[in-house]
Amino acid sequence: MQQRFQVKGGDFINAGKASSTVKSMLKQLNVPANLIKRIVVALYETEVNVAAHAYEGEILVKIESELITIQVADKGPGIEDIELAMKEGFSTASKEVREMGFGAGMGLANIRKNSDTFTIESDPGKGTTVEIINKLSF
Amino acid sequence: MNEGREHTIFHHALKVVPELCIGCTHCMKACPTQAIRVRNGLAKIFEERCVDCGECYKACPVSAIIVEQDDFNEIFRFGARVALVPSVLIGQFPSQITTEEIFGSLKKLGFTHIFEIDSVVEQVQQGYNRFRENYSGPAPMISTFCPAIVRLIQVRFPSLVNHLIRVKPPSDIAALHFKEALIREGFAEGTIGLFYVTPCAAKIASIKSPVGEDDSAVNGVINMEYLYNKMLQLILNRDVENDEGETGNLTSKGILWSLTRGESKHQPGRCLAVDGISNVTQFLERLEDAEETNINFLELRACDESCAGGVLISGNRFLTVERLNGRAKNLPDTPQDSTKNAGAKFDPDVHGLKPIAARSMMVLDKDRTIALEKMNKIEDLLKVLPGIDCAACGSPTCRSLAEDIVLQRASITSCVFMQELYLRKGKITLDEADRINAEIWGEGRDQRSQGK
Repeated sequence: MQQRFQVKGGDFINAGKASSTVKSMLKQLNVPANLIKRIVVALYETEVNVAAHAYEGEILVKIESELITIQVADKGPGIEDIELAMKEGFSTASKEVREMGFGAGMGLANIRKNSDTFTIESDPGKGTTVEIINKLSF
Repeated sequence: MNEGREHTIFHHALKVVPELCIGCTHCMKACPTQAIRVRNGLAKIFEERCVDCGECYKACPVSAIIVEQDDFNEIFRFGARVALVPSVLIGQFPSQITTEEIFGSLKKLGFTHIFEIDSVVEQVQQGYNRFRENYSGPAPMISTFCPAIVRLIQVRFPSLVNHLIRVKPPSDIAALHFKEALIREGFAEGTIGLFYVTPCAAKIASIKSPVGEDDSAVNGVINMEYLYNKMLQLILNRDVENDEGETGNLTSKGILWSLTRGESKHQPGRCLAVDGISNVTQFLERLEDAEETNINFLELRACDESCAGGVLISGNRFLTVERLNGRAKNLPDTPQDSTKNAGAKFDPDVHGLKPIAARSMMVLDKDRTIALEKMNKIEDLLKVLPGIDCAACGSPTCRSLAEDIVLQRASITSCVFMQELYLRKGKITLDEADRINAEIWGEGRDQRSQGK
């Protein structure tokens, strides 16, 4: 089972569509609720990241009987220093944005926390790819 | 969903009357859990999906969906005939009619004791406080006040059952409390009949098959619509003696508790109240997707304007709210010491709920590999189905038809568009098409020009 989703840069309203769709699918597959929650949180944060930082992105979700693989590839500025970006609290958001409750610097850290296997690669100036692989049973 | 494989029996208050049902699609399209299909020209309710919200009852154009209730004469089997009265019953009457007259009319109808259930909200509040102090689960805590919402979460949002506050609603605590009080007064337990005057169908279902408790203390349920007509007639004929009721300690907090924000405005932290089952569904989807951990308390009610909009209330819900707000102004803010149930305390062993189990209706198959195959088939079917959700196949949407096909509850030729295509290609005959249509819409449906 494969599904593709497009995310546009700046479109926060539709960021969350992929995670919502994937959530209903995982419910139909009888995946335990707490495993669904991890996947949905990781995917949602990824969608929001694309909307916040990239020009556009594509999400490919592949569901097998025991595994879900989520690949996200975006066209955007990329990340100069991935290790720094992964740190909890690191954020490129301005003070104003943070005061509005966004850009707390938890996004990537949160995605990694909710993934069983997390891979990130970035080509500064071109874009970022993220792969999340999670188990569907304990 | 595994129809027929589920052994648990759920009691539902909503039933279809075959003689009245015209087999239209109104109820099926209104159902928030897609629990209805049309088969043989009649609406059919899937028991394990139904949450008793009553949306179908409201949508039916020919009153073919009824709410099951106990026969009123049942009350006369008991010596002490207790009416458990929710505030919204009082809110049906204009402010010129006093509560004493309202309660007097209930006495005249045969009840011996009138108890206001919302007089126990302080005990419910104590239960909430206690639950909050010991709660280590995910935020927000979700109120268990509305029985339709508890069931909605069980079947449609199984991941959220741990958010539910395990405190019985006022009606149940009131029943337990007043039963004890009557026993103390010398009544034998078997002679006490507790009858809840209900504004909603879900409450009937929750009394007949309770969630999170073994048995309900309530003996019977009386439909509010039925009672209101009889009460009003007595009051208008000036045929009642004033009666003060048994509790006398309804507070301004209590009388408004069952209305929207009735609970949430008294809880600490960030609280949110959502009414209307489609609004609630939308919010719960959101809660499942992104973590809304900044909210402490969620009050969710299935009906628009909460219990004032209950399906068994015929009066205008906005007027009911306005009248209750008016009456609240003349009530004390805190319970008075002189009243009968002053000092009653919340007892977690008696007034608490057991853990509430999820029973997801979404699962395609318990075997993951088979479920995945079915899901692939559904996606393939969605590519050929017209996607207009016309419901002429007897399922509410194209997606639900695709699900019904893979779960072997319907066939692709149930779809009128696909049937046309199959006919043209010679894959089915006209007779076969007639038979398929009759299975959904009943015999001879295509030959009549008017309803039954």
